[in-house]
Amino acid sequence: MLEIRWHSRAGQGAVTGAKGLADVVSTTGKHVQAFAFYGSAKRGAAMTAYNRVDDKVILNHEKYMAPDYVLVIDPALVYVADFTANEKPDTVYIITTHMTTAELIASQPKLEGKKVYTVDCIKISQETIGKAIPNTPMLGALMKVSGMYEMDFFKESMIRVLKKLPQKIIDANMIAIQRAYDEVK
Amino acid sequence: MADNMELRDIEVWDGNMAASQALRQVQVDVVAAYPITPSTPIVENYGNFSANGYVDGEFVMTESEHGAMSCCIGASAAGGRVATATSSQGFALMVETLYSASGMRLPIILNVVNRAIGAPLNVNGDHSDMYMGRDSGWIQLDAYCPQDAYDLNFIAFKVAEDHDVRLPAMVHQDGFMTSHTAQGVHTMTDEQGFSFVGEFQPMNDMLDLDHPVTHGVQTEEDWHFEHKARQQHALMTAVLPKIQTAFDDFEKLTGRKYNLVETYNMEDAEVAVVCLGTSVETAVEVMNEMRAAGLKAGVVGIRVFRPWPLEQLAEVLKNVKAVAALDRSSPHGTVGALYNEIAGTLFNTETKAVLTNYIYGLGGRDLTKAHLKTIYGDLKANADAGKPTTPLQQYIGLRGPKLSFF
Repeated sequence: MLEIRWHSRAGQGAVTGAKGLADVVSTTGKHVQAFAFYGSAKRGAAMTAYNRVDDKVILNHEKYMAPDYVLVIDPALVYVADFTANEKPDTVYIITTHMTTAELIASQPKLEGKKVYTVDCIKISQETIGKAIPNTPMLGALMKVSGMYEMDFFKESMIRVLKKLPQKIIDANMIAIQRAYDEVK
Repeated sequence: MADNMELRDIEVWDGNMAASQALRQVQVDVVAAYPITPSTPIVENYGNFSANGYVDGEFVMTESEHGAMSCCIGASAAGGRVATATSSQGFALMVETLYSASGMRLPIILNVVNRAIGAPLNVNGDHSDMYMGRDSGWIQLDAYCPQDAYDLNFIAFKVAEDHDVRLPAMVHQDGFMTSHTAQGVHTMTDEQGFSFVGEFQPMNDMLDLDHPVTHGVQTEEDWHFEHKARQQHALMTAVLPKIQTAFDDFEKLTGRKYNLVETYNMEDAEVAVVCLGTSVETAVEVMNEMRAAGLKAGVVGIRVFRPWPLEQLAEVLKNVKAVAALDRSSPHGTVGALYNEIAGTLFNTETKAVLTNYIYGLGGRDLTKAHLKTIYGDLKANADAGKPTTPLQQYIGLRGPKLSFF
């Protein structure tokens, strides 16, 4: 079982990102689950979303998760959210920030000694999609760090997932995914 | 004619989308709704299908849930296939009309996305609304995951609209845990889905002007009792066999098998957890781990909550030594409803199982695998002792000091 936890602000697209990832993974014959904690979430409120991936049917519906990957798509959440909750020794963190990985760890000591990758999904999405929707770039970064799928396959799949959007938005998302894939460190 | 929608064999849908797609595929004549979290997307998705030409029927936005069900009652009495969706406070506001729907023998399908009932206000999943509906005369089917939410809608229409039944049916799914959790759902084509349920066959419909009928009449002590007795007779005798037949037909069509009472490793189980909703699946996962550790554990899932499958459940539990009834609703002044039902089911049988009750998951509180392991530990102790080793009713997953009664 592969487990992923997203830290986001409501409106940044973590749920869409988690469901999009589940959709892509499902086409490869694996079983998936994508869900989120909402509460009466207002736009901008900190929230979490989750993915489970397994070779067999996923029966576990508990919200508790000890994640293999933690994806943080809002830069400030590493200072205010409990983003290391229930971590494992080998949990991998991919964090949106304008800082380098070393600068980020210096600013948030909880990350010392952890497997940490950084990428500026906010800047990438602003420069490509035109607004701060950091979900799809984070998936590009996840593909690079996890080696889950080849980039060509992943982008083709995401074009299908995003098919209801205008073509130029889809194109911009593809550039954003590729940039995050190339830029994550 | 409504457009067909091309679906992949497996779509990644949450429970709400699964329910909306089922409503689209059976081509409901009238959906009248007032959306409420977490069932809102059922209505929203259906409105989208309607606006984009995938639905021939009417889609009516009403002023309240009371109005929504009232509109459904009118449409159903007029002679149409009718459905809606609600949750929680909306369900509570519908309650008066639920009794009208069942008393008038109108086969309306209500998707209930289970949610806590305030105060305090809470949008998350528990079974308070499902339990509130249990005396309303409706058939109540329970989904454990998005696949079930899709499949059970077809079963619900097939059974409710049968002329030997003619009773409304609810399809329950857990708020957020199913309704907003996307998982792979095996789909039917529009043709397959519609054919399984078939064209709606009206009965005593008001729009059949050649055969005028009256619906919703007043009966005082001269006839009220007889009407209620007939309603109960249909619920008690016609429904479970029809559901079983529908399950059998559905298995032939899709390969997916449902049972009135779902059992997991109950053949030789000494201890069993009985529950509803997503908890059934989580319990199965934990049960498998307990089996690997040497405990003869089993799980029983209630698939049909009303009519209560008393005989089937008694059979399933006849050899167990200890049973835990898990209730996701505050029983407010007594033992949990599932505990009561199971106690009533086993009381006049040879089974001398120790029965205990756990209240859990109110307002969406997580039921973790660790909680379930604790419950199985208690059950083992009860089975070994041959009597309860804990209070009869315990709260599990509650913060602060332990709470228990009896």
